[in-house]
Amino acid sequence: MTDILTIKHLRVEGHPPGGAYVPIVKDVSLNVGKGEVLALIGESGSGKSTISLAAMGFARPGCRIAQGEVWLNGRDIMALSPRDRHALRGDEVSYVAQSAAASFNPALRIGRQVIEAPLWHGASDAAALTADAVNLYRKLDLPNPETVGQKFPHQVSGGQLQRLMAAMAMSCGPDLMILDEPTTALDVTTQIEVLKAFKDIIRDQGTAAIYVTHDLAVVAQVADRILVLKNGEMVEAGPTDQILHDPQHDYTKTLMAAVRPAPHLVDHRDTVAARPPVISARTLTAGYGTVTVLSDVSIDVPAASVVGVIGESGCGKSTLARVFAGLTPLRKGEIMLDGKAVAPNLADRPREALKDCQIVFQMADTALNPRHRISDILGRPLEFYQGLKGSARADRVGDLLELVDLPRSFASRYPGELSGGQKQRINLARAMAADPKVILCDEVTSALDTVVAAGVIDLLKSLKDRLGVAYMFISHDLSTVASFADEVVVLYAGRVVEKGPSKAVFSPPFHPYTKLLLSSVPEMQQGWLEGVANTIEAKAASAGSVVIGAKGCPFSNRCALAISGTCETVVPPVRELSGGLQIACHLPADHLPLS
Amino acid sequence: MSDTSDIVVPRKPTFAGLRLTRTAIFAGSVLLFWLVLALFGPWIAPHGEAEIISGQTFAPIGEGGLLGTDKLGRDVLSRLIYGVRTTLLLALVTTVISFAIGVTLGFAAAILKGWFDIVVSRIVEAFMAFPSTLLALVVIGAFGTSITVLVLTVGLVLSTSVFRVSRALGYDIGVMDFVEAARARGEGTWWILTREILPNSTAPLIAEFGLRFTFSILFLSGLSFLGLGVQEPAADWGLMVQENVGGLFLGSSAALIPAACIASLTVSMNLLVDWFQQRQQGETVLEKIDQ
Repeated sequence: MTDILTIKHLRVEGHPPGGAYVPIVKDVSLNVGKGEVLALIGESGSGKSTISLAAMGFARPGCRIAQGEVWLNGRDIMALSPRDRHALRGDEVSYVAQSAAASFNPALRIGRQVIEAPLWHGASDAAALTADAVNLYRKLDLPNPETVGQKFPHQVSGGQLQRLMAAMAMSCGPDLMILDEPTTALDVTTQIEVLKAFKDIIRDQGTAAIYVTHDLAVVAQVADRILVLKNGEMVEAGPTDQILHDPQHDYTKTLMAAVRPAPHLVDHRDTVAARPPVISARTLTAGYGTVTVLSDVSIDVPAASVVGVIGESGCGKSTLARVFAGLTPLRKGEIMLDGKAVAPNLADRPREALKDCQIVFQMADTALNPRHRISDILGRPLEFYQGLKGSARADRVGDLLELVDLPRSFASRYPGELSGGQKQRINLARAMAADPKVILCDEVTSALDTVVAAGVIDLLKSLKDRLGVAYMFISHDLSTVASFADEVVVLYAGRVVEKGPSKAVFSPPFHPYTKLLLSSVPEMQQGWLEGVANTIEAKAASAGSVVIGAKGCPFSNRCALAISGTCETVVPPVRELSGGLQIACHLPADHLPLS
Repeated sequence: MSDTSDIVVPRKPTFAGLRLTRTAIFAGSVLLFWLVLALFGPWIAPHGEAEIISGQTFAPIGEGGLLGTDKLGRDVLSRLIYGVRTTLLLALVTTVISFAIGVTLGFAAAILKGWFDIVVSRIVEAFMAFPSTLLALVVIGAFGTSITVLVLTVGLVLSTSVFRVSRALGYDIGVMDFVEAARARGEGTWWILTREILPNSTAPLIAEFGLRFTFSILFLSGLSFLGLGVQEPAADWGLMVQENVGGLFLGSSAALIPAACIASLTVSMNLLVDWFQQRQQGETVLEKIDQ
């Protein structure tokens, strides 16, 4: 096999503003052959993206390639002039970034951007390139391949945009394609179609590819070989099968151990005896401006229990938390806290009501004021709600830090001096400082590495057991919710499609959407993708996109089992099933999907 | 757990962290020089502020005083040294006033939004629609020329652009999660404004302060030149240009020297602001070119 790319003893250095150069990548060597997919895996900060950029002879601003050789198609591209290296990019090597939405120019039509690189390189004229691009769209299974190029980036869905990004990368017929976390920002149901498209096109064109990701289940689907990285150093390299099933290095073993099992395979928590709800919503409707995001949502969070809220992005999960917290006023319905109705707007809520319901945000670093010390961040709610001052306040801050397993000395630090996981612990401690009855956790583990996220989940569990606090746990990570929640609510397009005890929701019968969600969670076995991508459910789901404010069932345009004439026009009835399960679907109970 | 263990992040030593560049040192020295002169001027100046030292008007450099004499035979050097006080002090006071008004209203508009934002923004836009010099001319014309009126007018005129900048900053920072968290806790507007938003907008505001300061010097000099600013016999650089502009035709440099001083002050201030902004963004221009 001929090697397209060979990297020898690569060393990349970077420097913080004003600081000296420190190594980011140390002595990494790799090679990728024709038609081969090499996956780079590791936690954030392990140098995955830096290596993938170095494969194009590029270093981010503030970084430099200090040592090593990068051979592309038998040439050492580090020996070329910057101008000649420019000529390679978009011709022999191309790059797909994590966020397609941020990579497309919103002011230009898609088709023009897709053919930009080959046109610039003078490969052919615009008409011929557009014809090639349409062929690519067809191969990537994009709807309306003839006209999609005429659209603007905001007119197509996120998954389609990511596939168009792949078309852009393929348009110049590269020998090497670099995919940097191309599906991380996507929902599981869209991830399948994109992964399938990438895999097919790489196989078709015989392109070599570097695939950067932290998701091992995704790696199992696409990669031929895996390179495991930690702190910029190579830990282990080998064929996919061997790394996944027979890891040699301890670090690889830790990574494999942190992979959560599929949601229906975990041990579900036993149903707890009925407790009075601490917070609940009755027929809630809310939105922003003229858009209605949530419609007719009713949820109860019983005392000292965990209610998981799952659904894809844009289905109204975060809005639900914001409405509970009073940050977004509701339009219709009411919110009950401890059995008493509270004002929809937080300015009208008594301090006691504010204290009882705390919110923790997804982005740990933006939720902490970078100019406040930890002692002030944790001290302020103590002072605000409980009137603690001076040494009493300082003592309590120390107690709170210990509560979230951090040393007391952290009180004098600024948020910038903490790691991501530590910051999220501080966010939790700030919520705990109010001594609340319920904490709204909005994707609190989604931005963290798997191992760190597992630690935060353990902490949440122990706080619940010790202090009896309840959580509304919002997440798109089904496995985490399945192992952690007592009850689960499935949201789709701002409506509750299924809810009930965790065990009942994650076992049949399912709402068709729940089934789609569950079957879309990648599994750690090779060949899973081919099986799932060809099911009628997946095909039906990729045909449509989420419609907010549909007249009938919002899922009807993506449902393989939709009853035409009924589902689009009539709001589905809520069916009460055994075990406290509620499913909003037109299908009779015995017709609901079982597996 | 890996995330509970300590990570060591060394704090930067304060002075080395400044990362002065050559331009910054140069501009800083010029500003420092003028500041020292402003503080100790009366003890340094060879003659009094309005003292006529020579019968010869518009004496060339070296004859009469060190830098010659002006239209009344006063020492240009002494008036220059006295003038730096007036120029710097007035510029400082007007800039502080413009920031007090602009930042408070701008942040308040960003947090409160709604009718408050609409009303204040439209008023500011109405003010901005007038050429600033014309606006100052009208106000000073109506209320008469006194230092108080001058300072308040210039402060108000400058505050419009400070309002724009701080409103935009407030909107940007106001949607950050930590502000949302404070709001969810039930904090009032004043706390959010002073504790959450202000500390996070100091860097751009400092840069803006430098630019407004420069603009204020130019604006005040312009007003003085039109005869609306500082009145004789007090010394002010803008005023000195106006007094002595007639001497240009006689070959006197009495108008050019204060003009050059104004230029040195504003250019140094701008260089310092540029350096500060680049430092905040993490890289100086030279470091960028280096890559």
